[in-house]
Amino acid sequence: MIIETKNLRKSFHSRQGRKIKTVEAVCGVDMAIAEGEIFGFLGPNGAGKTTTLRILATLIEPDEGMATIAGVDLRREPGEVRRRIGYVAQGGSTWDEVSAREELILQARMYGISKTEANKRADRALEVFQLTEFADRKCKTYSGGQRRRVDVALGVIHEPRVAFLDEPTTGLDPQSRAHMWEEIRRLRHEGMTVFITTHYMDEADALCDRVAIIDNGEIVAEGTPAALKRQISGEVVTVGLDGEISTASEMLETKPYVRKLEICEENLRLYVEEGATAVPQIMRTLEGAHLMLKSITIHRPSLDDVFLAKTGRSLREA
Amino acid sequence: MKLIHDTWLIFQRQALLQVREPAWVFIGIFQPVLYLLLFAPLLRPALAPLGVTTEAEAYRIFVPGLLVLLAIFGGLFKGFGLIAELRAGIIERSRVTPISRLALLLGRSLRDAIVLVAQAGIVTMLAVCFGFTAHLGHILLAFLMLALIALMTSSISYGVALKVRNEDTFAPLMNTTSLPLFLLSGIMLPITEPFAPEWLIAVARFNPFYWTVEGTRALFAGNIADSSVWQGLLITLVLATAAIFWSARSFARSVR
Repeated sequence: MIIETKNLRKSFHSRQGRKIKTVEAVCGVDMAIAEGEIFGFLGPNGAGKTTTLRILATLIEPDEGMATIAGVDLRREPGEVRRRIGYVAQGGSTWDEVSAREELILQARMYGISKTEANKRADRALEVFQLTEFADRKCKTYSGGQRRRVDVALGVIHEPRVAFLDEPTTGLDPQSRAHMWEEIRRLRHEGMTVFITTHYMDEADALCDRVAIIDNGEIVAEGTPAALKRQISGEVVTVGLDGEISTASEMLETKPYVRKLEICEENLRLYVEEGATAVPQIMRTLEGAHLMLKSITIHRPSLDDVFLAKTGRSLREA
Repeated sequence: MKLIHDTWLIFQRQALLQVREPAWVFIGIFQPVLYLLLFAPLLRPALAPLGVTTEAEAYRIFVPGLLVLLAIFGGLFKGFGLIAELRAGIIERSRVTPISRLALLLGRSLRDAIVLVAQAGIVTMLAVCFGFTAHLGHILLAFLMLALIALMTSSISYGVALKVRNEDTFAPLMNTTSLPLFLLSGIMLPITEPFAPEWLIAVARFNPFYWTVEGTRALFAGNIADSSVWQGLLITLVLATAAIFWSARSFARSVR
């Protein structure tokens, strides 16, 4: 195991007037991550993803618990952990007035890499991350996707054994997102273990070898995306309606074949045993009430359905 | 040595940023130059009770104060830049590397000290054009004192910026602390007999900047043997060291 944690805990105290408010951000996280996998930490904003990641990246000390990363004890030798890991923060990490090449060289040298070697590594990183074209332009002129690639390139310039990427695709357009996925897969191909956080279920599903779902500072489920989805038996029927969504939901909620029902924007999501037999019944019920049906689809459960089953909330509304 | 290597790395980057935004060097001396142009002409008659009879004598009292003013204010507001760096994620990115935490501070503060000395040089040259004279060796020693002040004030500023982490708290905090320090240092007019009431002199003696102003003033007046010179240097050196270690601890400590 390249990362192992036991009972990691961290709470923050903030003062509001006279009262001291305590927020338990991470409450007893246990994880074991194998070398060479892309591990995804999936959860809504404020679930404790970033705090856990920052603990593992030596930025904050846990209140309790222990962790070993690449064979080094996090609490005893944070300096040695730093040498073996790379970390890319959520909000970016570059100066506006400096170019990607200058940033990469400085970053390499902060790891004690010699000047000539730092130059070589910067060249190589610019090439593999497809940044060569604008390598010498100031970072402030880059697009969101380009800037994010610079962030990741900076995080792995010293060829760490583990790379922690905090929401590497948040805020990117679909094309840049796909590009970033390619980069992350390439890192794994080079032998790196990649630990990412995300609140996109499709990202966790498509990119990660294994996923841990975190909510309120606790891991509620862990496994491969396929295994997690297998835990949810049955199928999901999504019904699109022209208004009157609450009336429809009231009518369908009580039907025996509907296990669970939720409203997502314009749609109703129904969890049923078998979609093929549920659909005609749903259509009959709605047409009987003269409700305009726009669309109806059946699909296999997604990680969002797993999240819903474990927490009682949808990831989107959480 | 690792500390020197790391400090040099950070210093180089900070110097590069300064070179790319050179306007700030000149914006920084705008105020002292205004004082020199619009306030200094009032000094010769105003300082007459101290026995001042010529412009040159008036400048010898005023210019050192002006330079200390530049060092205090220039340094104390450096934290603004650090808050921007915090927001851009640069501090966090540095803190996950094995780079020395002391170097993260020293690289920045040394850059500030050097910029300050350059600014002080420009202001002094302008003052020379207006009729100010002093011994070069003494001026250089005074510049060392100014560099130490800048190291101290910018370190304090960085430490405070890391604690408060937003401009809305940082700006009023720095403004309110710097004003009494400024008034009690005798920068504008010397806090001495027969000007100052005794209680004011007594209070001012608790302000470290009072001693640095006194020391710089003695240097510019050519009294290098005056006790205020070594006292000023010693106090600044001790406080600068303390400020550096206090602030470097903030860089090392985990921050939310």
